[in-house]
Amino acid sequence: MEKNTILSIQDLSISFTTGAGEVSAIRGVNFDLHRGETIAIVGESGSGKSVTMKAIMGILSSNGKVNSGKILFSSAKEDMEEDIDLLKLDKKEMRRKINGKRIAMIFQDPMTSLNPVMTIGAQIMEGMKWHYKTPKKEAYKRAVELLQLVGITDAEKRMKNYPHQLSGGMRQRVVIAIALACNPELLICDEPTTALDVTIQAKILELIKDIQKKLDISVIYITHDLGVVAKVADYVAVMYAGKIVEKGLVNEIFYEPKHPYTWGLLSAMPDLDTNDDKLYTIPGTPPNLVNKVAGDAFAPRNIFALNIDNRLEPPMFQVSETHFASTWLLHENAPKTEMPVELKARVERMLGEAKKDGE
Amino acid sequence: MKKYLLKRIGVSIVTLLAILLILFCMLEFMPGSPFNDEKLTADQVAVLNAKYGLDKPTIVRFGNYIKNMLTGDFGVSYTISKNTPISTLLQSRLPISIRIGGQAVLLGTLIGLILGIIAALKHNTIWDTLTTIISVLGVSLPSYVFALLLSYSLGFKLKWFPLLYAVDSPLNSSVLPTVALCMFTVATIARFTRTEMLEVLGSDYMLLAESKGISGPQLIIKHALRNALIPIITVLAPLIVGLMTGSLVIEKIFSIPGIGSLLVTAIQSNDYNVIIALSFIYSAMYIGIILVVDILYGVIDPRIRLAKGDGNE
Amino acid sequence: MSNQVDTVEFIKDDFEYVGADKISQVDVAYESQPYWKDVLSRLFKNKGAIVGLIFIILIGIMAVIGPNLNDYTYDSQIITEQNLAPRIPGAEKIGIFDGNEKMSTSTGMTKVNGYISADGTETGRENTYYWFGSDVLGRDIFTRVWVGTRISLYIALVAVLIDMLFGLGYGLISGYFGGAVDNAMQRFAEILNGIPNLVIVTLLIIVLKPGLATITFSLMITGWIGMSRIARAQMLKLKEQEFVLASRTLGAKNFFIIFKEILPNIFGQVITNTMFSIPNAIFTEAFLAFIGLGVPQPKASLGSLISDAFKSFTTHPYMIIAPVIVLAILMLSFNMLADGLRDAFDPKMKEM
Repeated sequence: MEKNTILSIQDLSISFTTGAGEVSAIRGVNFDLHRGETIAIVGESGSGKSVTMKAIMGILSSNGKVNSGKILFSSAKEDMEEDIDLLKLDKKEMRRKINGKRIAMIFQDPMTSLNPVMTIGAQIMEGMKWHYKTPKKEAYKRAVELLQLVGITDAEKRMKNYPHQLSGGMRQRVVIAIALACNPELLICDEPTTALDVTIQAKILELIKDIQKKLDISVIYITHDLGVVAKVADYVAVMYAGKIVEKGLVNEIFYEPKHPYTWGLLSAMPDLDTNDDKLYTIPGTPPNLVNKVAGDAFAPRNIFALNIDNRLEPPMFQVSETHFASTWLLHENAPKTEMPVELKARVERMLGEAKKDGE
Repeated sequence: MKKYLLKRIGVSIVTLLAILLILFCMLEFMPGSPFNDEKLTADQVAVLNAKYGLDKPTIVRFGNYIKNMLTGDFGVSYTISKNTPISTLLQSRLPISIRIGGQAVLLGTLIGLILGIIAALKHNTIWDTLTTIISVLGVSLPSYVFALLLSYSLGFKLKWFPLLYAVDSPLNSSVLPTVALCMFTVATIARFTRTEMLEVLGSDYMLLAESKGISGPQLIIKHALRNALIPIITVLAPLIVGLMTGSLVIEKIFSIPGIGSLLVTAIQSNDYNVIIALSFIYSAMYIGIILVVDILYGVIDPRIRLAKGDGNE
Repeated sequence: MSNQVDTVEFIKDDFEYVGADKISQVDVAYESQPYWKDVLSRLFKNKGAIVGLIFIILIGIMAVIGPNLNDYTYDSQIITEQNLAPRIPGAEKIGIFDGNEKMSTSTGMTKVNGYISADGTETGRENTYYWFGSDVLGRDIFTRVWVGTRISLYIALVAVLIDMLFGLGYGLISGYFGGAVDNAMQRFAEILNGIPNLVIVTLLIIVLKPGLATITFSLMITGWIGMSRIARAQMLKLKEQEFVLASRTLGAKNFFIIFKEILPNIFGQVITNTMFSIPNAIFTEAFLAFIGLGVPQPKASLGSLISDAFKSFTTHPYMIIAPVIVLAILMLSFNMLADGLRDAFDPKMKEM
């Protein structure tokens, strides 16, 4: 593991036992995250984004099973020098050493993720008292500071409030304050803005970005919203059916996408300049992961599918130093395939705008 | 909260008045006057009527009646123990019934909570199934079936515990009735706790608490149980009803000198005054407990406590 | 990773397009079942519910034909044949249900058989069989148990009718009209609910004579409140929804909206709640009978049979076993069926 890598997921595979059978939700996920940087994981619902994050946090539901892989985490804090494999920790160690203290998580729906019978203050202070035995006065002071940091006015008064007395946006700010309470090094944001009003979404994103700069923490975003990705991410990983199909720097993914699924996602992004009558949608539905997937999971929906896609799973082809994609189209024998023309036009438009912004 | 409180107290008072009115009417229209079995002349009856205020207008008598009932003056028993004031009858019996009922509630709630929590934490395991079986049995079988089973096996066959209640050894002889009586409570609480806990355990705020690093008893008690317990308070009302009816049967089976067996005897010997006095006591206890429970509910749940006007419901 | 590629053997047409016509452009809609079929299939997968249903049917059949299976009637007494232990032809040969009864006397345990005397003298009862035994008055317990079961099933029917007619109607009307109507109706229900059932029943019994009519009447007074609450809550929730508004804008009358638009949507909860009120009603009857307020003698209900047998249950425990078992199975079955129905209508708790 490189020196400045904080998290490295290697060959992670997770399955769930359900009434319908064994569901392979994660089928070999690999990615690295560097200290202080942001990675966005993009994909449709059910692609395994949230499951991967829950595995990092050690909060998989009881029917989930890790079949293989490692989640290596390296801390910069003095009391833990070596890299540790989070999957090797038992629940107790995980809770004591990692959760909240080093890795914190922000959940999707602030309406349901706060405990309804505890005051805001108690919920923020709980982690500090739990992990560091912080005296009550000190914890209180820090909680007020945190509330101010996340932009809540009247922080002292809010400490005594219960969640139902706050609006959705306020609650998400509180959730962020809770996550930051123990100075984590890694923050996982599971669609932090989907449940919020559009006007508040941007503010929350800005807030997370600000805090990240101030506190120098690494962030993992899970989202299906490419607009969010463009705003916040350094790196992007595109997930489909439990695998990462393409990953790279944000510019590489937006301007030089290589995987047909990424092409589909980008084409499906609504934007003001598109003159088409119809919004593009990716045909078909994601595969049911109860069934074993043979070959490329995306092949049945891929208009550029090759015969080999039905037979063999494509490996990760390296496009540039940072850019990887898992499609047979990148093999030297494959027919030269360019992204669809509509998308090409769109990418060019985006590039133009980016240039304008840069000037 | 203030509005909620006032409303709850208001409803309780009106209910109590309604019961008093019903009871008063029953006494009014009951065949015969209290003096008709004595060989009295019309003049003597009139004197007695005047003495007991029976010649006053109905509304005044209703007022007096309410005053008497509330101060514990329930009149005298006719047939069970002739001319004994009912309050004297109750003096020794009420504490016994309350004690056994209280024991059953405490024991039942404790066991029920433990079973429910275990079942939820070990969802879909043998423990869960076992709890489900116990709770279905407990809800399905009338408490006298348990009483009969217990008194036959542990009392009659094994002779571990006395078959009948003995006033001089209240602890040992109340084991069987308490256990028989608490089965319904155990089952109801266990069932409800399991459902509520499962719902709470699957909630987002539990995930958040876990992702904060909270684990062990603090997670289960402070986060899960506290949320699960609030709705459990709502099953207390049916539980009290179950206990009241249960106690009648249990007191009969184990010959416990409580108010339940007194009511059974009163019904069987048509002692109206006793029936009416006990009806009032049962109603008052029930209304009182429900009121306390409702207020408690408001105090525990900040969503009710802090609601600014709670509208109609 | 790319070294993996070298080990793969490629086939000739591997790198040709599959072709747009061969890929699935249609959204796969997972097959959806009609609501009722879905509910039924979930119900039939629930073993407890099915066992419950089978037992209810069996007990129902026995309640109909049981009393006619032998020559005794529920009120026929044969004084000489009191306290006979169960004896079943066939089973007696293997040593069970042979009419033997252990009695504890001052000298210890003795075996008593009321059918065949131990010293060989004729009793005249060698060919007499009481399948469940006979009671202290010399009546056939088997016949009486099934006659008593009829009463429990009648009570179940009454409970269903009360729920469906009173409770449902009261709740729907209260919820639908709202405002002053709702307020008045709710206060009334609240006050009635504040009086313990026990008190209502006892007071009724002072006024009326103990018997089936009184029990029915007392169930009517209190049995509907639970259902009315559920119906009202559902109505409040549903009446604000678009489909009701749509129906109203199209000119539908109140009656039509309540019964055609809203009722079908709350049917699941109504049925589940009704099923849960059945064991409650049966229990109430058994309880009243046990404290001596049941159907008058010589009629029998399960509760009164248990109550009578209780008086001699340390000496003749067999008398109490049959009615207790039938009552327990009946209550259990209705509860299990109700549980199954609830899960079938509302499967959200199932897979967690």
